[in-house]
Amino acid sequence: MPTFFEMKQVVTPGDLIAEDDYIAGENTYAEDNKVYASRMGIVEYENKKVNVVALRAFYIPRVEDIVIGTVVEVGFNGWTVDINAPYQALLRASDVLSRPFKPQQDELSQVLDAGDLIVAKIIAYDRTHDPQLTVGEPGLGKITRGQIAKVTPTKIPRVIGRKGSMISMIKQETGCQIILGLNGIILITGKTPEDEELAMMAIHKIEEESHTSGLTARITQMLSEEKTKREEIKK
Amino acid sequence: MSQKSEKLIDKKGLRLDGRKSDELRSIKIEVGALSNADGSAYIELGKNKILAAVYGPKELHPKHLALPDRMFLRCRYHMAPFSVQERKSPAPSRREIELSKVIRESLEPSIFLEYYPRTGIDVFVEVLQADGSTRCASITAASLAIADAGIPMRDLVVACSAGKIDDTIVLDLMDTEDKMGTADVPVALMPNLNAITLLQMDGILTSEEFDKALNLALEGCIKIYAIQKEALKAKYVSVKEVEE
Repeated sequence: MPTFFEMKQVVTPGDLIAEDDYIAGENTYAEDNKVYASRMGIVEYENKKVNVVALRAFYIPRVEDIVIGTVVEVGFNGWTVDINAPYQALLRASDVLSRPFKPQQDELSQVLDAGDLIVAKIIAYDRTHDPQLTVGEPGLGKITRGQIAKVTPTKIPRVIGRKGSMISMIKQETGCQIILGLNGIILITGKTPEDEELAMMAIHKIEEESHTSGLTARITQMLSEEKTKREEIKK
Repeated sequence: MSQKSEKLIDKKGLRLDGRKSDELRSIKIEVGALSNADGSAYIELGKNKILAAVYGPKELHPKHLALPDRMFLRCRYHMAPFSVQERKSPAPSRREIELSKVIRESLEPSIFLEYYPRTGIDVFVEVLQADGSTRCASITAASLAIADAGIPMRDLVVACSAGKIDDTIVLDLMDTEDKMGTADVPVALMPNLNAITLLQMDGILTSEEFDKALNLALEGCIKIYAIQKEALKAKYVSVKEVEE
């Protein structure tokens, strides 16, 4: 049962990673008992499973994911939402209004209009149907303030950190509220634009240096340095 | 055709640009050359200069083209008006439409089209400067652009041409050799799967000559593949090294 790459090595699509007993995991495929990479990325073995952590990928909807999207179209009984995925998502009017939806009486564009940003959860999606969203849970709904940051969707786990260590540190250091859309869009709301800017800086630094180790410590250091710098300017 | 009498290969066995019969032109490949596209690549093969850009997978317009069981791959091969000696009309010619189809069909087997049904991928190939074997260079660049866009694929596709000039089988034809030569055999290959995705022949070859040309082109493909792979890795590895 040979393997042709070591842990953490970079592979390109089509590279033969392992033979025989191995199982194809993420971003790989199996043919004739051989496991090949299907995306450019970094090899990881998990017992007999071979995974490739993709360096470039796009967001694929999954049920229960929290995403941040832009309303692109107001329809007859709902909205079409761009969630940064190959498929556009649907949000039904009856989901947003607390009472039954009456087309004669309710003007949908007054509730949400094209260009509005929403935090939503995916409640249904499969190969044959476009993803469907809901905003009927606490924390979901129209975004009224804050700033938006965009990162590659594959890097969201890095922004969260191990057991949420990274994101809770940024929240604590900057005093901002941060909502991570699993589709790579991040909402930052702070007390002042300066706080938001600080959190934004941290997130962009994470995206650029996502493949390096000891990142949480460096981000903490960067944030405290920035903060003292700003204190001095104020004085 | 006064040039026809001119020799394409000199007494030493060297070609017009000083190459040996089994030598490739110099190749430079850059991945991620464009920032607005989802994936992109730029290739220089001798005097050829070609840009490839990929968008998608995304919702397909017009919607009636969407397929219920797989992605729709759309290719556009286009030559810039300034890419050749005489100004070329920017409107798509018969040849460009055909090459769009040829490139699409050679890329199709490499992509997992069935993963994301009802969506579409757009591949744009823009030839900035042409000097023979543009279809091969285009396929090599387009495949890299698709990989750069993060689209799942079975293998990269790499293409190379061989042909016959002055009764010799040679690798990687340039424009004059293509026009004055006897035959041209472009080949596209998925190297790891050892599968040919494009095989054409323009001109006259005996079956022995054809075998020889095909094998030569396949060898060329393997050489280009190594460069192609390095180019794809370089985009990410260079970032890594700077930080470490």
